[in-house]
Amino acid sequence: MELTIGPNQFFWSADIWSGFYDDLARAPVDRVVIGELVCSKRLPFYQDRIPEAISKLAAAGKEVALTSLALVTLKRERKLTAELADMGVMAEINDLTVLAYLPEGQDFSVGPLVNVYNEGTLRWLASRGARRICLSPELPIASVARLATAAEELGVAVEVWGHGRLPLAISGRCYHARLHGRSKDNCQFACEDDPDGLEVLTQDGKPFMTMNGVQTLSDSYACTDHQIETLRSAGVSALRLSPQSNGFMRLCELYRQRLDGSIGKGKLAEEIQTSNPATRLSDGFLTGTSGVDWSGAANP
Amino acid sequence: MVMEIVCPAGTPAALRAAVKAGAHTVYCGFNDETNARNFPGLNFDRAEMRDGITFAHQHGAKVLVAINTFPRAGDEAIWHRAVHDAEACGADAVILADPGLLDYTARNHTGLRRHLSVQAAAANADIINFYAENFGVKRVVLPRVLSVPEIAAINSETEVETEVFVFGGLCVMAEGRCSLSSYATGLSPNMNGVCSPASHVDYRQDAGVLDARLGGYLIHRVNKDEPAPYPTLCKGCFSVGDKTGHLFEDPVSLNAEKLIPQLQKAGVTALKIEGRQRSKSYVAQVVRNFRAAVDALDAGRPLPEGMLARLSEGQAMTTGAYKKTWR
Amino acid sequence: MSEPQNQLPHCPVALAAALRVLPLAPLSLSLTVFSRKIAKNNPGLFQRLGEYDRTDFVLDPVDLPIVMCLNPNRGQPKVKLTRRSALGTARISGPLAALLGLVHGAFDGDALFFSRDLVIEGDTGAALALRNAIDDAELDLAQEAGVLSGPFARPLHQLIALAERRTGLCLTRPEDATIW
Repeated sequence: MELTIGPNQFFWSADIWSGFYDDLARAPVDRVVIGELVCSKRLPFYQDRIPEAISKLAAAGKEVALTSLALVTLKRERKLTAELADMGVMAEINDLTVLAYLPEGQDFSVGPLVNVYNEGTLRWLASRGARRICLSPELPIASVARLATAAEELGVAVEVWGHGRLPLAISGRCYHARLHGRSKDNCQFACEDDPDGLEVLTQDGKPFMTMNGVQTLSDSYACTDHQIETLRSAGVSALRLSPQSNGFMRLCELYRQRLDGSIGKGKLAEEIQTSNPATRLSDGFLTGTSGVDWSGAANP
Repeated sequence: MVMEIVCPAGTPAALRAAVKAGAHTVYCGFNDETNARNFPGLNFDRAEMRDGITFAHQHGAKVLVAINTFPRAGDEAIWHRAVHDAEACGADAVILADPGLLDYTARNHTGLRRHLSVQAAAANADIINFYAENFGVKRVVLPRVLSVPEIAAINSETEVETEVFVFGGLCVMAEGRCSLSSYATGLSPNMNGVCSPASHVDYRQDAGVLDARLGGYLIHRVNKDEPAPYPTLCKGCFSVGDKTGHLFEDPVSLNAEKLIPQLQKAGVTALKIEGRQRSKSYVAQVVRNFRAAVDALDAGRPLPEGMLARLSEGQAMTTGAYKKTWR
Repeated sequence: MSEPQNQLPHCPVALAAALRVLPLAPLSLSLTVFSRKIAKNNPGLFQRLGEYDRTDFVLDPVDLPIVMCLNPNRGQPKVKLTRRSALGTARISGPLAALLGLVHGAFDGDALFFSRDLVIEGDTGAALALRNAIDDAELDLAQEAGVLSGPFARPLHQLIALAERRTGLCLTRPEDATIW
């Protein structure tokens, strides 16, 4: 199985952003999706660094794709999305709007924020030029298996959300701005101080969600340590790791080792939780009764 | 042209109530996971659907059948059958969200009118036109993230009719793109047609304090005599750092009654009322109100004053994203 | 936006007083017979309950000294009145006026819940199914009771007559009347 690095979902400074991709060029991963997924207002802060990052990653032998925004509404967002079609890199569509601009037959990837829930949608996307699909993290293993089988017949690679806070929702409203009593148009980049998002707790103190501007993520970090064998036999060809501000290069190594069999099932999660005991893990969307469930809890 | 009032019906009785109250159009769904209001005790079996559509047609009203969840891999036949049966029952259109299902319907049911569900969250003119070109979509239900000027801009760039929500529950997240509910409960709007399902709700009343939990998470804690909102995840009261409040959205419901003239100027064809889970009494009252409003507008009279506050969640109203400051 | 003027009517004191002394067993029996008659006339109501067609519901009119235990029992409903607290899978409590208004489709369940006139405990899904099924059934209790005969008719007629003597309670279905 291969490792794909998803687009960074958070707002990092340009220097931290560049440093992250410099490091990734040396990490044991196969593919990197780069660009702004969540909020078009963040892009100007690091946009000019993207070409260099792409060349470095490509020079290091990584496949590179450029993501679209998750929700395209404004005029400038439409323009940006239209430009994605002729960037000379594979586009990863996270809003179907991109298809309106891609010439029919041009290859593209599909990100986890496009709903590919069934064979019909998969076939239709494949007929439009989809070559790789990262499935929605919400899908249970039964759906993943069926879609992977259908994808194989169509020559489409199937990827699954492997690690990181789960993207649960996207909105027209910016919650970071709302928290600071500002509107989205005058947000003053309220999200820039939270490199992994802002934790949202219930009133009785239970961690629940993570706020990230217009996006809402899970509090827990999805982790596929206990699922890798199942996913492999289901025909999944890659795992997607989602960038986080701390320990990400080590995380890439751990997943590489776990996929290569040099560490066993459970060891990966164990190291994550030893190095940061406050991290809560989940894999319930795949095999649990709800997304937040964690199979590691049952076999410590 | 009078703006079209599109009303919800969770039961045959509600459909009849809506038609009698003056609805131009009623939307409803089959009693299974093919529709996004798959709640206990709601919706139509095949015979009820056929009778409901016949009743509506006899009274000059149209019926739209919502088949707007995302078909489950391996079980697409259930959704395909729903489309077939909707056509056989005489539906005036089907409301779809999934590209695969749109593709199927466009190929196999060419004569059946197709509307794009809000669950597809088509939020700009380019994607709307794309759906029209590829699947022959005639109308789009716009997601509740757009302001009135943005709606006007969309209408200036597309021939596809637009339908917008004017009253009822309000999703703050882009519809069809939200898995908060399945994260906490395992059941989601996309897959199961439910959000924050009643089966996972737990109310506890203790000394006048009402705790509402969903999937074990405390969503609301209200004191005696405070209004009690349903524990919808995105409208809960949560904490971040030292701040506690309704971080995503207040427990309010949408009322764009006063914006109807602006929506008409923006080129909107139809006004949609949310609430297939609400009673026939609610449906009748809201329909009457909105029908009076569009009739008044058409006749050049001032809009009648609304009387709908008590029907609303938390008994508070918002105009939502239609006013840009909401964001 | 102005608040509607309507307040829920209070349950007549006489009714509450009567229910403190009336023997409940015959009343329970007559309600069971009554509900079976309703079931016979409205088979759709029980189909609509789906998986909840054998659920124990507790209906608690908070202004009366009794609670009603109702099991749909797949279309052969059983009703039992008790003065003690009762356990059930789902419990709906509220003023009698709210409960009767709900049955007759005069009120919206969600609105009553938002205003906290109605309280739901236990299995919310079951309570929701019951509410939705009843809302679709377009029941008219007075009309159904009017044609009732036999040994159990008398206590039921008495009860309804007692309640009807006071205005305000919604004992019949409003036909397209102004609601609220």
